[in-house]
Amino acid sequence: MIELTYRDALRQALADAMTEDPDVVVLGEEVGRYGGAYGVTRDLIRDFGPDRVIDTPISEAAIVGAAVGAAMTGLRPVAELMYVDFIGMTMDQLGNQAAKIRYMFGGQTGVPMVLRTQGGTGRSAGAQHSQSLEAYVMHTPGLRLAMPATVADAYHLLRQAIACPDPVVFIEHKALYTMKETVDLAAEPPPWGRAAVRREGGDLVIVSYSRQLYHALEAARRLAERGIEATVIDLRTLNPLDFDTIRERVEAIGRAMVVSEGAMTAGVAAELSARIAEECFDFLEDPVVRVAGEDIPISVSTALEAGSVPGPELIAGTAARMLGGRA
Amino acid sequence: MHVTPGASNSALPALYRTMRRIRSFEERVGELFVRGQTAGSMLHLSIGEEAAAAGVTAAMGPRDTFTTHHRGHGIFLARGADPARMMAEIAGKEAGYCRGKGGSMHIADMGLGHLGANAIVGGGIPAVVGAGLSARHHGTGAISVAFFGDGATGQGILYESMNMAALWGLPVLFVCINNQYGMGTRIDQATANTALHERALAFGLEGATVDGVDVEAVADAARTLADAARAGRPGFLAVTCYRFYGHARKDKSPYRSPEEEAEGRARDPLARARARLLETGLATEAELEALDAAADAEMDATIDFAVAAGEPPLASMFRDVFDPAEPEPEPVRARIDRVLARE
Repeated sequence: MIELTYRDALRQALADAMTEDPDVVVLGEEVGRYGGAYGVTRDLIRDFGPDRVIDTPISEAAIVGAAVGAAMTGLRPVAELMYVDFIGMTMDQLGNQAAKIRYMFGGQTGVPMVLRTQGGTGRSAGAQHSQSLEAYVMHTPGLRLAMPATVADAYHLLRQAIACPDPVVFIEHKALYTMKETVDLAAEPPPWGRAAVRREGGDLVIVSYSRQLYHALEAARRLAERGIEATVIDLRTLNPLDFDTIRERVEAIGRAMVVSEGAMTAGVAAELSARIAEECFDFLEDPVVRVAGEDIPISVSTALEAGSVPGPELIAGTAARMLGGRA
Repeated sequence: MHVTPGASNSALPALYRTMRRIRSFEERVGELFVRGQTAGSMLHLSIGEEAAAAGVTAAMGPRDTFTTHHRGHGIFLARGADPARMMAEIAGKEAGYCRGKGGSMHIADMGLGHLGANAIVGGGIPAVVGAGLSARHHGTGAISVAFFGDGATGQGILYESMNMAALWGLPVLFVCINNQYGMGTRIDQATANTALHERALAFGLEGATVDGVDVEAVADAARTLADAARAGRPGFLAVTCYRFYGHARKDKSPYRSPEEEAEGRARDPLARARARLLETGLATEAELEALDAAADAEMDATIDFAVAAGEPPLASMFRDVFDPAEPEPEPVRARIDRVLARE
């Protein structure tokens, strides 16, 4: 057992993967000498050299495009996109190339690359550095999507993503980098694509992922003080999506809320709630409720920023209203 | 860089044969389209550009990789593709290179180092940067070649890629087949400086422009640049030619005059190579006629093959979205059934 931060766990995953497989290379803006804008790749260039930890020009599209070509020719590239907000710069290479190459070419080749990036609010970083754009990725067939919430998952999901034969977009949360946890990295990780039930409770199911997991858990703690017990699911990966775990819990409990930091309209929460409503209809006692980001850009003002996305109060308050008389 | 044409006479018969097979193939692609038997609604013929395909691929080694643009039939054929499987792919058939899923604009073959044709202008260019990194990492001695049209010089991804290749000294060659038109827009209507290789010089790449009517000159220029690329000095070759027909098969080119087209088509790389073969005594008229007839017969057979080939099975639709060891995506119909199956 060892105490690590989320950031350290990511770095450890990269270092271990690079040690095990000489074909794993890291490329991106500031990943080498600078050590990564959020410090994730610190010291990797010292340990693995500039041929495997490649500092690139500020050319997001070509970073992803180069990773695609490298992945098709025997490397296992881990490209870093400094902020998920820059994903628009890469969308052709990601959505038209990486995502479609296996299919368009009749299964001749995969594109085993990882695009590591980070998103979300919490650092007063403004409208172009604070978004939660996972829906862009989840809406594109051919891309895997991992969003670790815990330190252990930061390590294990990144290792699994690097081993994945298909392109994985790996979205970290900028507010989690300094979070600490005591973890056993040698322990057998849960299988790729399996959700984790982080809390058990019989009154409602809260489905979440990434940092909102902690808001959901804090809300559940407050609800418990009022006699409401919530089950909290951490999806871990959005593609593959473990809907079986959601279905099983929602059918047993009968109430579901989906919590996401992304803008509510046409977002991940929209997809999940539609699916719950369709597939668990007969078991639901209430409409599925989405608690998601406002349909507005994120502000630099910390007050406006915090108000733009769900927090424990909104989640707990919404759950209490769903439970009506019991609150 | 100065390129001296005519230094490789002995290669000319083979270069002519490659070009003749490309033209014959492209004519039959057009025929298949007219007969309504292609799957794709979009077909882009490379007639008039054969010297670029034949000349550059002649400078490539067996381990070299490449990507092409949407007008890439000729390049793939010149690299050794089976024209019957190409035609089947263009017709969207199971026997095609990509099992009918890719078609003309997404044909690829990992075995021949073809990392893919692309329907996004410039979309295939950065992959050669990655392939160059990979070749260097693995010490294969291979180069990776990006083929694209003059239209791609309007895309930022080209410059991002050229910059990386030059910065890192990668074994990469950028080949711009300047057929004068991006769809209906002539090159001088799209950019002020039409000396395209000068852009490469600005990035610190080797660069040259060569006359695409002269396949020997193209081959010589490509060899010089490919050798430099293999030694870690990436380059850019602009091949000047003329797109004989419209942008796509249905385009009658109303944006250009019959006089211009006549002049452009007079600059025919096949006619020039043929004349040179006869003039230098490298081939006789009878030999060339036999070669032409053989190419036509070979390509006629590709149509028969493609027409007779079977459609991909409907169930293959869900295959190859992800690795075959992973579950296939659940069909929408199955999901609807599940939703409606409730009491």
